[in-house]
Amino acid sequence: MLELVIKRIIYTIFTLFFVSIVSFIIIQLPPGDYADSYAARRHTAGEIITEEEVESLRQRFGLDKPIYIQYTNWIWGVVRGDFGMSLEYKRPVAEVIAERLPLTLLLAFTTLAFIYSVALVIGIYSAVNQYSIGDHSFTVIGYIGLATPNFLLALILMYIGHKWFGQSVGGLFSQEFMEAAWSWARLKDFLSHLWVPVLVLGTAGTAFQIRTMRAVLLDELNKMYVTAARATGLSEFKILIKYPVRIALNPIISTLGWELTRVISGAPIVGVVLSLPDTGPLFLKALLDQDIYLAGVMILIYCALVIIGTLVSDVLLIILDPRIRYEKIE
Amino acid sequence: MSIIKEKTKKSKNIKRIDIATYKQLVWWKFKRHFMALLGLGVIAIFLIISIFAEFLSPYTPHLRDPVYIGGPPMRIHFFDKNGKFYIRPFVYSYKTKRDPTTLRLIPSIDENKRLPVRFFVNGAKYKLWAIFPLNIHLFDVQKGFVHLFGTDELGRDVFSRCLYATRSSLSVGLIGVIFTFVLGLIMGGIAGFIGGTIDNIIMRLIEFIRSLPEIPLWLGLSASLPRDWSALKVYFAITIILSLISWTNLARRVRSKLLALREEDFIISAKLAGCSRGRIISRHLLPSFSSYIIVDITISFPWMILGETSLSFLGLGLREPAVSYGVLLYSAQNILALAHMPWLLIPGIFVVIAVIAFNFIGDGLRDAADPYSKM
Repeated sequence: MLELVIKRIIYTIFTLFFVSIVSFIIIQLPPGDYADSYAARRHTAGEIITEEEVESLRQRFGLDKPIYIQYTNWIWGVVRGDFGMSLEYKRPVAEVIAERLPLTLLLAFTTLAFIYSVALVIGIYSAVNQYSIGDHSFTVIGYIGLATPNFLLALILMYIGHKWFGQSVGGLFSQEFMEAAWSWARLKDFLSHLWVPVLVLGTAGTAFQIRTMRAVLLDELNKMYVTAARATGLSEFKILIKYPVRIALNPIISTLGWELTRVISGAPIVGVVLSLPDTGPLFLKALLDQDIYLAGVMILIYCALVIIGTLVSDVLLIILDPRIRYEKIE
Repeated sequence: MSIIKEKTKKSKNIKRIDIATYKQLVWWKFKRHFMALLGLGVIAIFLIISIFAEFLSPYTPHLRDPVYIGGPPMRIHFFDKNGKFYIRPFVYSYKTKRDPTTLRLIPSIDENKRLPVRFFVNGAKYKLWAIFPLNIHLFDVQKGFVHLFGTDELGRDVFSRCLYATRSSLSVGLIGVIFTFVLGLIMGGIAGFIGGTIDNIIMRLIEFIRSLPEIPLWLGLSASLPRDWSALKVYFAITIILSLISWTNLARRVRSKLLALREEDFIISAKLAGCSRGRIISRHLLPSFSSYIIVDITISFPWMILGETSLSFLGLGLREPAVSYGVLLYSAQNILALAHMPWLLIPGIFVVIAVIAFNFIGDGLRDAADPYSKM
């Protein structure tokens, strides 16, 4: 088992290396570099900027060197924890991101907790009460939840909040708590805002997990060992929780990494629409401004989160389900 | 004589199901899914909308109604305010007033003047499918405008814009799916047929792509498109970006099927009969799992639509003057616009309905793709 885990970790490190290359390529794709777009912006603002100034800017940020040297410098910095300077904010990228990343992480993990707790309960209910009114209505809600893009759900919630509750559901803090220090009141305010992005981010995942849980559990419920357990006179609840649900959990856990991918992937859009103070708006702005180091590190972080998350879920699965063997089948 | 009689007697006992062709079996099984049939019907309507968008919409997507700006959807009436019945449906005329408190110009309904809806009227000129110059529209009113879904902040008819958007959003999906299909088939085909190191490399590549969060990648890629590209260029670039990530599913399917079928008897006999590799793939291998490919494609279709909508919504996909669901929803982005004009969310309903319909079809097809099970 240990060997398996170590193999997985080595594989993850390789993947991270390739991801760093891909991130770097993506941010280098746009024609022109930051110096050009900076000059263009200053130009439209009515300022005169000379060719020498552009050139010195380029030298200062090392944009004049060949691309592989730029990459090596960049990745060497990243490994040592130096993510370079944000060209837009004129501050270290690490600092800019550090302000906002905790919120993204908090949002992602709260959403995951929401998805699994809700999906497990509803999934079990739907499987046990198959074809009941509740089951059917959850199926319908699930279909709609899967089909509604995150941002549309966010817009609808924003409209409802505005229309019926007179409350702005955007952001994570009310006006008076925006800059305040952490306190109970601020925490309460924060939690009262947090449910909107969690709901928006989690709906599609919940819908999907309910379907999985329901399908797997339905398969398990008809098996002989359930009948055997029933014959021993256990209560229905105990039978359900102790045996089939435990087995049905495995496919659910194996999707953990995948679900994390979906949540992290959806986070930027939700952050932008709800104007959350997390990494979403930062990322979008960095992309639009061609703030390459910031954008590159953001792509790298999003990917790394997902890859490490997948690693954790794989290891969890290996520990939880001893039947899993990654050996080659000849 | 008696033998022949016995044979005909036997053939009468043969059930329809035993002699049905593969296509018939698939269709029978598909038909049993009510929701899948419903989805098929809905998608048919969407197709008709996108083919005849110019004819079905009363106005062009960029025509501005100078009087009815940011106006709510108009109701179709049969009875006027005095309760008098008219056989021809009508909408009320409207005027602009200034809001006494905010001083904003707001359109208001004038219940004294009726605008009867007429069908098959001549209106704005257009070229159907860029070939036939026509000016006939399904419906319109005389001396005024009819706005079934209201108008946006520039006075453009949301109903017409939705119909045009259906065309571009659906076609982005279609072209994206075609790219996905080609890429998936080639990569999966190479991996499955050549095998060895190349297979290994392609499979690792697929695993790699699948382990990445797609939306940040899409955003990064589409942000790198040059701003001065024409709408058509951006359109194709976006579809390629969308399919760059989605081909992996299909490639996996093609590869696993190729590997499974390679050792089947009918392939070996084709080989013995002297068929070339190309012929074996195209005539024997591909048709035997084409149904699975169709299922995978149907399932990936809604992801394309959602992807395009999300990108355009953020301003990184299609942009004005192109009209797609995402472009339309872009103007609903801020809460103020949304609060004044909630009908700008109507294109979102189109998206949801299209995606649900495709999901239903996909579910039905998945079941029908293997018609020999439990029939």
